[in-house]
Amino acid sequence: MTLIDQLPIFLIIFPVLAALLILAAGWYDRRFCYPVFLLTVLFQFLLSVFFLFMVMHGGEIRYYVGGWRPPLGIELVIDAFSGFVLATIMLLALATAIYAKKSIDLEIPHEKTVSFYVLFQLLIIGLVGMTVTGDVFNLYVFLEISSIAAYVLIASSRRSFSYVAAFNYLVLGSLAAGFILLGIGNLYVVTGTLNMGELAVFLLESYHLATVHSAFLLLIIGFSIKAAFFPLHLWLPDAYTEAPSAVTVLISTVMAKVSVYALIRFLFSVFTPSYIIETFPVTECILIISAIAIIAGAVLAIAQGDLKRLLAYSSVSQIGYIMFGIGVANQIALEGGLLHILGHALMKGCLFMVAGLIIYRMGTSKLSDMKGISQTMPISCAAFALAGASMIGIPPTIGFISKYYLVLGAFEAGLWIYAAVLLAGSLLAVCYIWRFIEIAYFAGAHDDHRVDNRSTGSREGPVSMLAPMLFLALLCLILGFYVEMVMEVIGPAADLLLGGA
Amino acid sequence: MIDPFFEAFFSRYNYWMAIILMLIGLYALIAKQNLVKKIIGLNIFQTAIFLFYISIAEVSGGTAPIYLPEGPEALYVNPLPHVLILTAIVVGVSITAVALSLIIKIYEEYGTIDQDDLMKVVRGR
Repeated sequence: MTLIDQLPIFLIIFPVLAALLILAAGWYDRRFCYPVFLLTVLFQFLLSVFFLFMVMHGGEIRYYVGGWRPPLGIELVIDAFSGFVLATIMLLALATAIYAKKSIDLEIPHEKTVSFYVLFQLLIIGLVGMTVTGDVFNLYVFLEISSIAAYVLIASSRRSFSYVAAFNYLVLGSLAAGFILLGIGNLYVVTGTLNMGELAVFLLESYHLATVHSAFLLLIIGFSIKAAFFPLHLWLPDAYTEAPSAVTVLISTVMAKVSVYALIRFLFSVFTPSYIIETFPVTECILIISAIAIIAGAVLAIAQGDLKRLLAYSSVSQIGYIMFGIGVANQIALEGGLLHILGHALMKGCLFMVAGLIIYRMGTSKLSDMKGISQTMPISCAAFALAGASMIGIPPTIGFISKYYLVLGAFEAGLWIYAAVLLAGSLLAVCYIWRFIEIAYFAGAHDDHRVDNRSTGSREGPVSMLAPMLFLALLCLILGFYVEMVMEVIGPAADLLLGGA
Repeated sequence: MIDPFFEAFFSRYNYWMAIILMLIGLYALIAKQNLVKKIIGLNIFQTAIFLFYISIAEVSGGTAPIYLPEGPEALYVNPLPHVLILTAIVVGVSITAVALSLIIKIYEEYGTIDQDDLMKVVRGR
C-alpha cells in the first residue's frame, strides 16, 4: 500500500478538511479563506487529471474505503466515464474558483464570504463524490450534500427574490431526492446490495419484477428533476437567474452535468441497456421528451428579456441534446451526448461568466440595458460571440462536433425527423444568441454620447474574471480542432456504457 | 372467501402505509399555500420513505442487532437499513433547517409566507 493507492479517497477527504480549514482561517483572518479554497480546488483538479491519465493507460481504478471489500464497504470507482466527467467538472470548478473572487466580493455581503467559500467547497465535494462513488446510497448522500450547499448558495445572493428561488428549488430538489431514495430502497429490497457492480449482476435475474420497474421509474424521475430535464425544469430559471454569478456558473455547468452523469450511470451501468430496450419503451420516451425540450427550451429562451434567464432556458434546451444522445443509445449518438456534456459545460460556463461580468460592471442583467456594450467591453462580447457560435454549432467549434455526432447517430438509427429537430434547435439557438449580439454590437450605436459617458466609468472587468472566461471561450474553439484527443477518452466511455457486458 | 384486494392489502400493509403517508405528504406539498405547511408535507413525505426502509428491515421474531450470548445464531433484524435511515434522517433535518431559515428570510423580505400573496408581490416587482 503506497500513497498512490490511497489517492482516490484524498479527492474527498482532503477537501472536507480544507472546508474546515477555510472556516478556521476565516475566523482568524478573512483574507486567508480564498487562497486555501483555490489551492484545494487546484489540488482536486490536478488529481482528477492524474486519474484520467491513469484510467486511460491502466484501466479502471477501484478503491475500497477503509479496506472493506464491496459487499460490506463503500467502493470508489473511477473508470473511463467517471474519469472523463470528473476531469470536466474539476476543470470548470477551477475556472469558476478563479473567477469567483472578484464577483463574490461585489455580490455577497462582506460578512458572509467565509461561509460562502465553505459552502462552495462543500458543493464541489458533493459533486466529486457523486462522480466517483460506486455505491448507490453513498451517491444519494453526496447528492444531498451538494444540493443543500446549492440551496444556501443560491439564497446568498443580494437579490431579494433569491430566497424564493432557493425555496422552490429546495422543495423540488428534496422531492427528487426522496424519489431517488425510494428507488434505491426498492433496489435494495430486490437484491440486498447497494454496490453498483453487484446490483448490475443481481438485477439481471429480477428484471420482470414490478419492484424493479418502480425503482427504475423513481430513479429516472428523481434524476430528471435534478438535471432539469424538460417538463421538470421549473426550478431552474429562477435559481440560475437569482444566484450570484459565480454560483450560477458552477451549478449550470457542473451540477446539472453531474445529475445527468448519475442518470446515465443508473440507466446503463446499474440497469443494463438490454433492460432499457426490452422492458420499457424508455428510450423512445426520452427521445420524444428531449426533442420537445430542445425546441421548448430554445423558444422560451428567445422570449426572455434578462440575459441570465435567457441562458438558463438555453440550458433546458441543451440538456435536451445530452438526453437525446441517451435516447438514441447507439455508439455515435452516445459519444455525441457525452461530448456535449463537456462542450455545454465549456460554453455555458463562458456565457454565464460574461453575464456575471456585465453584472459586475453595469449592475444589471437586463438585455435592454446593454445597448452598445461591445464598445465598453469588447473582450467579453467577443468571448460571448465565440461561445455563442459554439452553442449554435458553427464549425469548427466543439458545439458543432457534438451536434454532428448526434445527428449522425440519429441517421444511423433511422430517426430522420429527430435529426431535423436537432437542426431546428440549432436554428432557434441562433435566434437567442443573436438577440444579445445584436443589442451588444448593433443597437445604440447612434446614441454616441451616452456610450461615451459610460465608457469612462466601466471598462472590462478585472483580469481574474477575464482570464477564465477567455480560457473557456478559446477551449470551445481549440477542442473543436483537436477533438480526436477528447474522443480518445469518450470512445471508451461510450463503449463501457453500451458494451457493459 | 377472502377478497383478493384485502388479501393484497393486509399481506403487504407496511408498503401500503408508506404509500398512503407519502401521498398525504405530496398532497400537502402541492396543495397547501402556506410555506411552513409545505415543509411539513415534505417532512411527512420523507418520513414515509424512512418507515418504508425500517419496515423492510424487519425479520419476524428478530431482535435488535446487538451481540447476544447466542452469538451469530441469534435471529437479528437487518441493521443496514437502520444505518442508512440514520443518515437520511440527518439529511432530512438539515433540509428542514435550511427551508425554515429561508422561510424566515422570505417573511422578513415580503411580509408573507403565503404562496399566492408571494406570487403577487413577485409579479408586481
